[in-house]
Amino acid sequence: MNALNSLLDGFGTALTPLNLLWAALGVLLGTAIGVLPGIGPAMAVALLLPVTYGLDPVAAFIMFAGIYYGAMFGGSTTSILLNTPGESAAVVAAMEGNPMARSGRGAQALAAAAIGHFAGGMVGTVLLVALAPTVADLAVDIGAPDYFAIMVLAFIAVTSVLGSSRIRGLASLLIGLTIGLVGLDQMTGQQRLTFGSLQLADGVDVVIVAVGLFAIGEALWVAAHLRRRPAEPIPVGRPWLGRGDVRRTWKSWLRGPFIGFPFGAIPAGGAEIPTFLSYVTEKRLSKHKDEWGKGAIEGVAGPESAASASAAGTLVSMLTLGLPTTAVAAVMLAAFQQYGIQPGPLLFEREPELVWGLIASLFVGMVLLLALNLPLAPVWAKLLRIPRPYLYAGIMFFAAVGAYAVGGEVVDLVTLLIIGLVGFGMRRYGLPILPAVIGVILGPNAEQQLRRALQISDGSVTGLVNTPFAVTVYAVIVLLLAWPLVRRVGRRGPART
Amino acid sequence: MTTRTEPSSARTAERRSWLREHSELGVCVLLLVLGVLVLTDALTMDVDIAQRGPVGPKTVPVVVGTGLLVIAALLAVDVLRGGRGQAEGGEDVDLSEPADWRTVLLLAGIFLGTSVLIEPLGFPAAGALLFWGAAFALGSRRLDRDPLIAAALSLVTYVVFDKLLGVPLPGGPLMGVL
Repeated sequence: MNALNSLLDGFGTALTPLNLLWAALGVLLGTAIGVLPGIGPAMAVALLLPVTYGLDPVAAFIMFAGIYYGAMFGGSTTSILLNTPGESAAVVAAMEGNPMARSGRGAQALAAAAIGHFAGGMVGTVLLVALAPTVADLAVDIGAPDYFAIMVLAFIAVTSVLGSSRIRGLASLLIGLTIGLVGLDQMTGQQRLTFGSLQLADGVDVVIVAVGLFAIGEALWVAAHLRRRPAEPIPVGRPWLGRGDVRRTWKSWLRGPFIGFPFGAIPAGGAEIPTFLSYVTEKRLSKHKDEWGKGAIEGVAGPESAASASAAGTLVSMLTLGLPTTAVAAVMLAAFQQYGIQPGPLLFEREPELVWGLIASLFVGMVLLLALNLPLAPVWAKLLRIPRPYLYAGIMFFAAVGAYAVGGEVVDLVTLLIIGLVGFGMRRYGLPILPAVIGVILGPNAEQQLRRALQISDGSVTGLVNTPFAVTVYAVIVLLLAWPLVRRVGRRGPART
Repeated sequence: MTTRTEPSSARTAERRSWLREHSELGVCVLLLVLGVLVLTDALTMDVDIAQRGPVGPKTVPVVVGTGLLVIAALLAVDVLRGGRGQAEGGEDVDLSEPADWRTVLLLAGIFLGTSVLIEPLGFPAAGALLFWGAAFALGSRRLDRDPLIAAALSLVTYVVFDKLLGVPLPGGPLMGVL
């Protein structure tokens, strides 16, 4: 039981008083920022990045673990009490959670969500512990062509599984890839898209891209369409659950992770699909079908648990393959790169203290989350009343802090604003943000793997498909691409008869 | 749209409303320009000895640049056939009203101003101006409260980051005096 021993070592790291403090701070900050309306988990993590700059990597990632789960939980609080979710994974939580809150059962909805997060996160992280070392072991042998195939899969998955328009997804991806090209070529030192500027030769920092697209872009977009009268949050007391509620929800809490985790682990785009699947499953299995749409508690418990488990699943591919499948994971990968650490199969060998400390603090963070958030929920609910000018001014303020902290350069602030304006335009015309961020983060890496693979094969394209692993991945890609066609044909068939 | 009687101005109004309907074509133009830029940069690159292996630093930019041109064309076709990008919703977003460009430009200007001022004034002062200015642009007019909140937030952030978290921020002349 090698993984178990490593995990115990990880707890040794995570449970030192100082690291425990970072975890608690991360959970509190993550929840507080995540609760704020308009701030989803990805923006929360991006805005909180600079907080960790001065810390050593282990402490920083322990804090991150807390921020990640805290921000996700905060997001569902917002959608239950406000019914206008900004984040796609929280849409499902609003469908049953908000009617519950309106009929005076907000406390129960929040409790079902909090415990759902806890259960899903726990089961998901246990699965992560069981799976990640195995995946890492398997992945140690994979070479450049395999990596390139995985990255192509990630590109195709984020552009065609998510969002409504593939063309717009691809446009977003290409914008990201272009930003990723700026700077010195990693293999030859050739200047690309630098236009002779020294500052551009360093490339555009991933953190600045993430903060610009997620934070500045969002703040400007909201500023253009600010609701004159913000939605009124529903007041709520301390979350609690009666015995009858627990009897109805415990199975949903336990079912959620098994829907959420697999979807998180594959590069198919995060919590959107599994939360919806969980919702549908719970609805089918419910004995109280008449309550659905009017506030069925299972409809909060199951999807929230699935969302939390899918967050844990995301970490499997992020830590073992260096492959981010959600916006939050993409920002976390950027944070790893900031420390000069490349997540991938070797991470578990090279940085065992970091990885297992991070995984152990996921457990710690979950316990803290439950312990802090149940009593603090009324306080979090008050945050929903923050005057909107302050909220979005604050986002711009902290985005500036984050970008300036990267290198202490004014040019970074100007770049941030330009990327923010790009993010604004993308929101206006329905270009999804995630493909651009994935393109910036994975683009340079994918190019390197491609060129390495072709160097080995001496320029022959067969060098990209000479392993069974790569061939399998390309088969999956073809399936993904063909899927809408198949579905269209399938739909047309019955319509004619 | 106001109705006008003259036929020529009716035609310009018509054209303007067509352009407004199809403003997404602007995205296609930008993608096209970006693609041309990437391709020009790639093709004017002189790689001679630096190249190791069959795929040099040119290949990927050429692929990306071509991709941008193709996508620009595909998007244009999609827009002309009636496809529209769905503007993003959100907690505080009200899409039923037209975009408020004044606020956006004001915010961008304030942000730009801050980045110019951050080095001469120091972070606490420039940050406070950024927060106050942004809140003002977004419609907050509490002259008694806003500057105080801005100053407090900026000062606390400076102390927490610079002194506690070890992330250096410029103090500026103000911190030199204090």
